[in-house]
Amino acid sequence: MIKVKGLQKKFDTLHVLKGIDVNIKKGEVVVVIGPSGSGKSTFLRCLNLLEEVSGGQILIDNQEITSPKVNVNTVRQKMGMVFQHFNLFPHLTIRGNITLAPVLLKKMTKEEADKRALELLNIVGLADKADNYPAQLSGGQKQRVAIARALAMDPEIMLFDEPTSALDPEMVGEVLEVMKDLARSGMTMVIVTHEMGFAREVASRVLFMDQGIIMEDGTPDEVFSHPKNERTRLFLSKIL
Amino acid sequence: MEWFNTWAADIASTFEKCFIRENRYKLLLNGIGVTIKVALLAVILGVLIGFIIALCNLSKSKLLRFFGGIYTDVIRGTPSVTQLMIIYFVIFATVNLDKWIIAAIAFSINSGAYVSEIFRAGILSIDKGQTEAGRSLGLSAYQTMTRIVLPQALKNIFPTLCNEFIVLIKETAIVGYVGLMDIQKAGDFIKSATFEAFMPLIATAIIYYVLIKLLTLALGRIEKKLRASDIR
Repeated sequence: MIKVKGLQKKFDTLHVLKGIDVNIKKGEVVVVIGPSGSGKSTFLRCLNLLEEVSGGQILIDNQEITSPKVNVNTVRQKMGMVFQHFNLFPHLTIRGNITLAPVLLKKMTKEEADKRALELLNIVGLADKADNYPAQLSGGQKQRVAIARALAMDPEIMLFDEPTSALDPEMVGEVLEVMKDLARSGMTMVIVTHEMGFAREVASRVLFMDQGIIMEDGTPDEVFSHPKNERTRLFLSKIL
Repeated sequence: MEWFNTWAADIASTFEKCFIRENRYKLLLNGIGVTIKVALLAVILGVLIGFIIALCNLSKSKLLRFFGGIYTDVIRGTPSVTQLMIIYFVIFATVNLDKWIIAAIAFSINSGAYVSEIFRAGILSIDKGQTEAGRSLGLSAYQTMTRIVLPQALKNIFPTLCNEFIVLIKETAIVGYVGLMDIQKAGDFIKSATFEAFMPLIATAIIYYVLIKLLTLALGRIEKKLRASDIR
């Protein structure tokens, strides 16, 4: 479903991604771990072209999205993204946050979108908050709304950029629960996180990134229990 | 009490001379109309110009940024009376337009430079994450700007924008320079005709004050509505 070939990203003189090659199949839950500055967030942001790619190719369903001819907006509609800092739209109600894109992009009528929003809010357990504004929600609730907002576009892939890093510890669980349900439903997911327990439990694959390359790629058991790479071992010994 | 009666009679007669005789109050009333007409059109055009210049200044194109920079630089660097007179007596000298429209255009060109800086700051004050969230949902740059960034930016800059409107209304008091009879000019006219300075000028001040007070109250109401999403 996602094919990445020799992906490069440079910020002026800073070489962040130095050739990433990875294939992600439909339904896989891929967790990307690594020390800060290793390029994992940049890699994720390249996948939906929030960062301009400096070299290499990304193919989604065999369509090369890194080609200049591609309509970025339609590509992004297939991919939902959840951010570390939620990035909910503070001037819109929760319902407004969820229905904005589907209605504006003519995927649904206003009524259909409202109905879908309520369904999604039910799934993330926040149906009673539909008419509240983001400022009235806790961090964990905001992040669950952000997930619902991304799902409203019926994406084929969900990208998570450190979704629990900005949360108070007691709110991490509720967000991870929603993500677990999503994984079980067969959604293709790429998740950058520091939640190793979650990675072990939910991931079908773990990628360890360091210094702009993928150092290790395997099942959670392979990566966590029998890391082949010295850097992986060192990183895991520091955080586990 | 004798002195009081004399004093009151004196006031009454000055008042009569300044405002009632020869229907002089009508000069002020018409002046209010002129001031409001000029200010209103200038505010509308000024916001439009300001928005366009702000987009130029924020654009990726070097040429547009250069243009925006020059515009702001020149307008801010010259007095508005000079600009008004240049636009009226030079640029629109041979154009057959109503005086007040030309004056409004002059004020909007002036105001646009300040409004553009307000807009620019407002747009820049919105977190980059908002744009990213919009784009990640598949919205175009235009949709993200109009549906996500601008509504928030407008809310943030609203008080500053109101301040600019108020400054602009008072700024229009110089339209007498191009022969328009606004509130200020009407007051001045009565002063010359009656040789009374106190009453016409104080009346002028009171009229401006009341106009701006009414505007401030109205804008305050709108701001309250805009803040609806801030409740916690």
